[in-house]
Amino acid sequence: MAGSIGGIGGGSERTRLASAGAKAVTIDQLNNQPRGDRLKGNIFLALLLLALTIALAGLAAIIIQAAVKGAPAFGTQLITNGPSTLNPDESGFRPALIGTLYLILGVILLVVPLGVGAALYLEEYADGDRWWNRLIELNVQNLAGVPSIIYGILGLAFIVRGPLDMGFILAAGSMTLALLVLPTVILAGREAIRAVPPSIREGSLALGATEWQTIRKQVLPAAIPGVVTGVILAISRAVGETAPLLLVGAAAFVTFNPTFFGDDGYSALPVMIFNYAARPQDEFRVIAAAGVILMLIVLLAMNSFAVWLRNRYEQQW
Amino acid sequence: MNSRVNGQLTQNDPKDEMTLTPEPSREKGLSQQIAVKNEPGPDAGDVWSKDKVFEVKDVTVSYGGKAAVKDVSMDIFRNEVTALIGPSGCGKSTLLRCLNRMNDLVSSASVEGEILYHGHDLYGPKVDPVQVRKMIGMVFQKPNPFPKSIYDNIAFGPRVLGLKDIDERVEKALRGAALWDEVKDRLKDNAYGMSGGQQQRLCIARTMAVDPEVILMDEPCSALDPISTGKIEDLMDELKQKYSIVIVTHNMQQAARVSDKTAFLIVEMSSTENNRWGQLVEYDETDKVFTNPQDPRTEDYVTGKVG
Repeated sequence: MAGSIGGIGGGSERTRLASAGAKAVTIDQLNNQPRGDRLKGNIFLALLLLALTIALAGLAAIIIQAAVKGAPAFGTQLITNGPSTLNPDESGFRPALIGTLYLILGVILLVVPLGVGAALYLEEYADGDRWWNRLIELNVQNLAGVPSIIYGILGLAFIVRGPLDMGFILAAGSMTLALLVLPTVILAGREAIRAVPPSIREGSLALGATEWQTIRKQVLPAAIPGVVTGVILAISRAVGETAPLLLVGAAAFVTFNPTFFGDDGYSALPVMIFNYAARPQDEFRVIAAAGVILMLIVLLAMNSFAVWLRNRYEQQW
Repeated sequence: MNSRVNGQLTQNDPKDEMTLTPEPSREKGLSQQIAVKNEPGPDAGDVWSKDKVFEVKDVTVSYGGKAAVKDVSMDIFRNEVTALIGPSGCGKSTLLRCLNRMNDLVSSASVEGEILYHGHDLYGPKVDPVQVRKMIGMVFQKPNPFPKSIYDNIAFGPRVLGLKDIDERVEKALRGAALWDEVKDRLKDNAYGMSGGQQQRLCIARTMAVDPEVILMDEPCSALDPISTGKIEDLMDELKQKYSIVIVTHNMQQAARVSDKTAFLIVEMSSTENNRWGQLVEYDETDKVFTNPQDPRTEDYVTGKVG
């Protein structure tokens, strides 16, 4: 073909053909994704969606079932009344709800100073090259994964009896739960403190601020949203814990409002739900289902607060 | 050629060769020989006999036993802008951070040799690094305002140092950094809402608010556009009336524009090339370093043949 074309026109024709050919090849390459690749991609995507669906379906099933079963018991008596074997219809969760709120309060009071203090030490002061500091770090991480029943036994042996000998009181329950979530709070606190860029510390130190002034006035304020979020998430875990509370004396059937140090016994939402569900009367099971919804509302409220707080105060560096 | 320098002089102290640094007689390997001007010009005595702020003597800084910069000796003078230039990794930032003991924050860092600040050893056993940093402020490469309001950014330093008249100091510092007119109506706004150049000037103002004597600047304009850079360079020219400034820069034009004296550092390599460190090659008046460098390596660098 080239032989039959000559002169200037032929040259441009050749150019046109060559570029057309190149274009065709390019388009071919761009469009021709190997079939196998596309198929694999789609299968993978489908698997991911399946996993997500199963997770959400489980959650939805629990909520729907609890809502449907508990529907007859929804009403103010859920939070105003205590348990009653005489008229189960009128039973509610008041002592348990108050007990849970007290427990939360106690946990916050204990866990915030301890957790933030430990996190500050590990992040700002500890020399990560020393073996003991690495050992502490490793242990904190492991403690976050220890089953809660073990904390219950610990609480029973050291707080309720043993060295502290406090008896089966609500404060002992708070302390046990605080121990349980302390590692989580430390880890969250460290994350939040680490998220404060080193340039902020340098800027502060370069002005002649001491290390303590820098931590108190720059690092801590900047880390607080993260710390608070971590604390709330840790506490919402504590709220749902039943096992350790059973060991440290949360009684199932408490009809009066608890106090921190009263030794007449106390209760908590999950413990009471467990108790109601195990009773023979059908009315109690309905109330247990309603209690599940009540507890979910408490948890959801706490988690929403954490999310709101994070969005409100999160600092973009 | 030295009109700038002469403008600064308050007295003509006839000390001359004694203040030269480093001493040419010191024994060194050939490649490490520092070019020293042998024949001081007629007015050199003036230039090298001003009040010294820092006397850096044979300073070697190591990280974890590995030297980052070796055997640096230089004097830094009062009310001057001293520039440290050189390729990446030559240790100029490391050297700068020794001057206000910011290197103390790196636990593996160690400083050998001596740094005298007005004749006192900065690394003496009784010296508190916090006190050092009160007198020797620092501006960093990336603007690092605190996540607070503009006002609180400036007020932080005076507050932690327990100084009085915070409002006045804030205004004075912002005026000093040529920022007052731009921000006076939004002092309560978050500093992160400012432009990069404004943030950097805020950081300079923040440093000025605690009345330091020296301001160290670690590539203060490298994250800024040319207009902001110009503003900060103008600012430096004013600031040196009151402060002594040491600036690290990658930008040779900047060094030529703003500084009175320039130190040029290079990266030395051991024969096996697995060990590199910074080395001072030449330290002289800026005009001389850029127009008539004594060392061929300086000439190659400032003329753009290498680097």
